[in-house]
Amino acid sequence: MVKLRIDGKEIEAKEGTMLIEAAREVGAVIPSLCYNEELPPYGACRLCLVEVKRGKQSRITTSCNYPVMEGIEVSTTSEKVLKYRRINMELIFARCPNSETIKEMAREMGIEKPRFSLKDDDCILCGLCVRACKEVVGVSAISFVNRGTNRWVATPFFDHSAVCIGCGSCAYVCPTQCIGMEDVGDTRRFRKWNTEFKLKACKVCGYHFAPEFQLEYMRKKANLPKDYFDTCPNCRP
Amino acid sequence: MSKLASTAELENLRRALLDKRDPGEPCITICSGTGCHAYGCEKVADAFRKEIIKKKLSRKVKLRTTGCHGFCERGPLVVIYPKKIFYQRVKIEDVSEIISETIIKENLVERLLYVDPNTKEKIIYEDDVPFYKKQQRLIFGNNGVIDPTCIEDYLMAGGYRALAKILNGISPETVIDTVKNANLRGRGGGGFPAGVKWESCRKAKGDVRYVICNADEGDPGAYMDRSLLEGNPHSVLEGMIIGAYAIGSNQGYVYVRNEYPLAVHNLTIAIKQAERYGLLGTNILGSDFAFKVKIGRGGGAFVCGESSALMASLEGSVGEPRAKHIHTVESGLWDKPTNLNNVETWANVPLIINKGAGWYNQIGTEGSKGTKIFSLVGKVNNTGLVEVPMGITLREVIYDIGGGIPGGRKFKAVQTGGPSGGCIPEQYLDLPVDFDRLSEVGSMMGSGGMIVMDERNCMVDVAKYFLNFLKDESCGKCTSCREGTERMHEILVDITEGRGKDLDIELLEELGEVVAETSLCALGGTAPNPVLSTIRYFREEYETHIKDKRCPAGVCKELTRYVVDRENCVGCGRCKVVCPSQAITGKKKKPHKINQKKCVKCGACFENCKFNAVKIA
Repeated sequence: MVKLRIDGKEIEAKEGTMLIEAAREVGAVIPSLCYNEELPPYGACRLCLVEVKRGKQSRITTSCNYPVMEGIEVSTTSEKVLKYRRINMELIFARCPNSETIKEMAREMGIEKPRFSLKDDDCILCGLCVRACKEVVGVSAISFVNRGTNRWVATPFFDHSAVCIGCGSCAYVCPTQCIGMEDVGDTRRFRKWNTEFKLKACKVCGYHFAPEFQLEYMRKKANLPKDYFDTCPNCRP
Repeated sequence: MSKLASTAELENLRRALLDKRDPGEPCITICSGTGCHAYGCEKVADAFRKEIIKKKLSRKVKLRTTGCHGFCERGPLVVIYPKKIFYQRVKIEDVSEIISETIIKENLVERLLYVDPNTKEKIIYEDDVPFYKKQQRLIFGNNGVIDPTCIEDYLMAGGYRALAKILNGISPETVIDTVKNANLRGRGGGGFPAGVKWESCRKAKGDVRYVICNADEGDPGAYMDRSLLEGNPHSVLEGMIIGAYAIGSNQGYVYVRNEYPLAVHNLTIAIKQAERYGLLGTNILGSDFAFKVKIGRGGGAFVCGESSALMASLEGSVGEPRAKHIHTVESGLWDKPTNLNNVETWANVPLIINKGAGWYNQIGTEGSKGTKIFSLVGKVNNTGLVEVPMGITLREVIYDIGGGIPGGRKFKAVQTGGPSGGCIPEQYLDLPVDFDRLSEVGSMMGSGGMIVMDERNCMVDVAKYFLNFLKDESCGKCTSCREGTERMHEILVDITEGRGKDLDIELLEELGEVVAETSLCALGGTAPNPVLSTIRYFREEYETHIKDKRCPAGVCKELTRYVVDRENCVGCGRCKVVCPSQAITGKKKKPHKINQKKCVKCGACFENCKFNAVKIA
């Protein structure tokens, strides 16, 4: 266990715990967009900033990828922290002014209108989809492309990705709901990935419950019998 | 050539090589650095080769193509040994005359001599050229003496002597202590003490350790690491081998950008030669120590100069920096302890081992020891690479070595530290140049870029230029860096195109603080510097752009208007001749007029008027 202070409170946390977890545990409110406890931290959105005092040195850092350390003093509400979070939020807001999630978060931080010209993007480049696809699904069908202001998330060559199983984990973790996944009839579409998948119909109820490609992938991976996914989870005995 | 089995064999080889060489023998050296290449030095070298054969002088005179000499402004450069006669701007047509006059008859070819623009005096010998006189070329000096593709040249210049010295019974700990005591600071930008880094890496847990040479030099206008690697690759390799010995590493990497083909080429040759002599590989010089070096070629992303992004790139991933609380000396390349230093830092190492920490400490200032190579470019008469002791003043570099500002114009600022450095104004011209003093005035040492600007440079435009570079070169991971630099650039574009608003300066300052404080790596951490430092020293210029919609330097086209001062205009018609858009009219000997609708704001009239009659309104 590691002893540290968060907003004046002395706490103990397990070694390896990230500050964001330790602080939220004791009731601190820390905004974040690119953090998900199921995924390795990334530190892209720069909203979960805190001020860490280590000995005489004080620095601003993201709390999602900064582990608890013995004797440090953390402030989650210092003037600097709040100001910097607000401006980073303003930058995200100006990038994605039409996202309801972002609008709501910005409003909570007191920003009604960004001071910058408005773009019309829907992706905040948090990388959750990329990480979920790589770390959880294990296929890396999408990744970041280009750098700097030209950075995007995309499939290879913006085409149908041969390894994508159509599971939709990307859409599930996306904080701005920008992947555009839709199940219509027997087809699942991904607007962002320029691709679609045929959905398998349940032998019993006829419901199109999952992409055929995904079911085959899972069946092989788990070494399940050939007819295992002929029925949907609801109709499975 | 065969493997050298001991340090004694190395010394024997060196002696044998030196014995064969007649120091009095004439030798024509031709600078073959990138600058001179652009001037066509290769063809000049070919012409010399042919002429020597034609005149049957092959036994009497040597020809050597060397690395960059530094005085790029006057290339192609030819220096004739043993007297070191200095010829500049040498063309193919000059070759036969140089051979017949200077080599055969020992006469000078006067027109090829360098003329000091200040004293109008013709200078014969390289050492007397003012550009070289105030320099202290400890690292760079051998560039002009050795053929970088010939390890024997390096050996004759004392090469691998430092390596032999440590292998003769100096412990790794003592090597680290020597580097620590020498107070060698990293030349790549951060200025972190190299010895301390080495020690942490040696002490880090794990049995495999890596040593990396960062040759991903990407600053616009900076090319000292490139020139070192091109011109004297063995000095860098020797430094790395010594570092690896001290740290306990058996594998090294040189990460060099693929846009430096000559550096890659010469380094590849150097590695092979060193391997053949047993200076790299297993049982180096007969000892138990083994060390290999591989070249990793970078795709040219500026951010890959950042150590953790560089390591990611070497591993084959996207070059993106990672969280800073884990130090690369503990967990770097493939999560193994890794020590990274830049080209120039490594090249300092053999020197320190050979001459000792005490000697090294005599050069430089309190906090910064040794010399530093700067690439002096921009509005300065002598552009090129200069190596000077730390603590030299900016004035000495720009005026004594650089020969001042061309065209009698006024100095305005000098930008140091690459794109994320800062602009230093005239009031600090007497500032001693070292790591700490540059930081104090809002700039930084960086890797050693030095861009001189005069009154015809607009500081808002300069800030815009660098921000444009940085917003494209940010890896794009952090919101603050990616969006922040883009927004700062956007505001600067607005200001330079006449759409500047009240509070724009304050917004730039606010954004600058957030980008610097909340971005992950040093790219974002220093990206606002060009903006913040120009606001700090040239705030008025920003205000003139925003409030008066005027660019005093006449750079921002939307805010510039050239007018003819009727009092001064004598009607010579020179402006009319040079105007590319026929915007100027007027009768001979009568004041001329500029048609604003036709004017493209190129400034040709302004540059060419001899009577100071064209003014920036």
